[in-house]
Amino acid sequence: MEHINKLSGTHIDILKEIGNIGAGNAATALSKLLNKKIEMTVPHVQIAAFNEMMELIGGAEQVVACVYLRIEGDAPGNMFFVLSLPQAERFIRQMTGDETVTLNGHLSELGQSALQELGNILAGSYLSALADFTNLTLYPSVPMLTIDMIGAILQYGLLELSRAGDYAILIDTALYDERRPEDSVNGHFFLLPDPDSFASIFRALGVDLS
Amino acid sequence: MSETVHVVKVGIADMNVVHAPNLIRTSGLGSCVGVVIFDHLKEVAGLAHVMLPDSSMARSETINVAKYADTAVEALIRLVVRAGGRREMLKAKMAGGAQMFSFSSKSTDMMRIGERNVEALRQQLNRFHIPIVAEDVGGSSGRTIEFNPKTTVLSIRTVNQGVKEI
Repeated sequence: MEHINKLSGTHIDILKEIGNIGAGNAATALSKLLNKKIEMTVPHVQIAAFNEMMELIGGAEQVVACVYLRIEGDAPGNMFFVLSLPQAERFIRQMTGDETVTLNGHLSELGQSALQELGNILAGSYLSALADFTNLTLYPSVPMLTIDMIGAILQYGLLELSRAGDYAILIDTALYDERRPEDSVNGHFFLLPDPDSFASIFRALGVDLS
Repeated sequence: MSETVHVVKVGIADMNVVHAPNLIRTSGLGSCVGVVIFDHLKEVAGLAHVMLPDSSMARSETINVAKYADTAVEALIRLVVRAGGRREMLKAKMAGGAQMFSFSSKSTDMMRIGERNVEALRQQLNRFHIPIVAEDVGGSSGRTIEFNPKTTVLSIRTVNQGVKEI
């Protein structure tokens, strides 16, 4: 992926702005859904080798709840909404009103669809903001939920990238409940564009990649 | 015997080799496959964390041989033989190749990548006449695996099913 070397400060700023706009829109959607104020962190843009990336997000074996969707269209890529298990539990409880829900062992069908719907709404609002901002046409796949090791999950986001090299550009934004700022690492959006999508995104915003 | 045991870690699209009493491990296998090639009596084993089935998929000029099933098996054999393994005694075990997400009818080729990785590794091992003595592939769970070249046990940990040994 030779264009990784061509990324300037301006390019990184654009990618941060994408994280900002996408996650900002998702935070608004989540605030409405849960009827409380949800904040977001400043986006991190990380350019890292695959194995470094796994370390940066807390190790490949960490167990998380994740909603994944594949983006097709003008700028194909992968979007992951990752929640720690306690946070996923809290969200399910808030959405279903069922305080007995746990993620240890079997997750009820209701809990599963609540989490799936949450991911659906958040990823959808992230992507529609991104599409509006760039004027690119983006088609999300049906989001899929899984609870497993984060390394095993994120591998899907690295497949296209891995054909071109051993590096990934990860746009990471976290959401947190205003009243529980200590839990700020609890909900992460990871946007992993395919290698060729960077040029499309920059071009759409009037910046060349060279 | 008070030898210290080291656990050699193999990352994504990477490979390495160990001698007993050391162990070799790779974590968070999803659609990727961990393939172990070993010589039991020499107590030597190599592990590769394979990501994609075929190096013809590469779009880069230089190829990371550990990444692709077709190039990884050959390179891994060389690595194990150089570390003292006997070419004609080599055997293999593998684990991984899950489909982490259940997709609707029109699942693309990339989504079935786990299955394709396993198939490609079987073909390559067959091509080099290396018998697969045990495997734990497919399913929908991520795996962390660790191989002991002394006992030739491959232990496989998943989130829901605990640890199993093959």
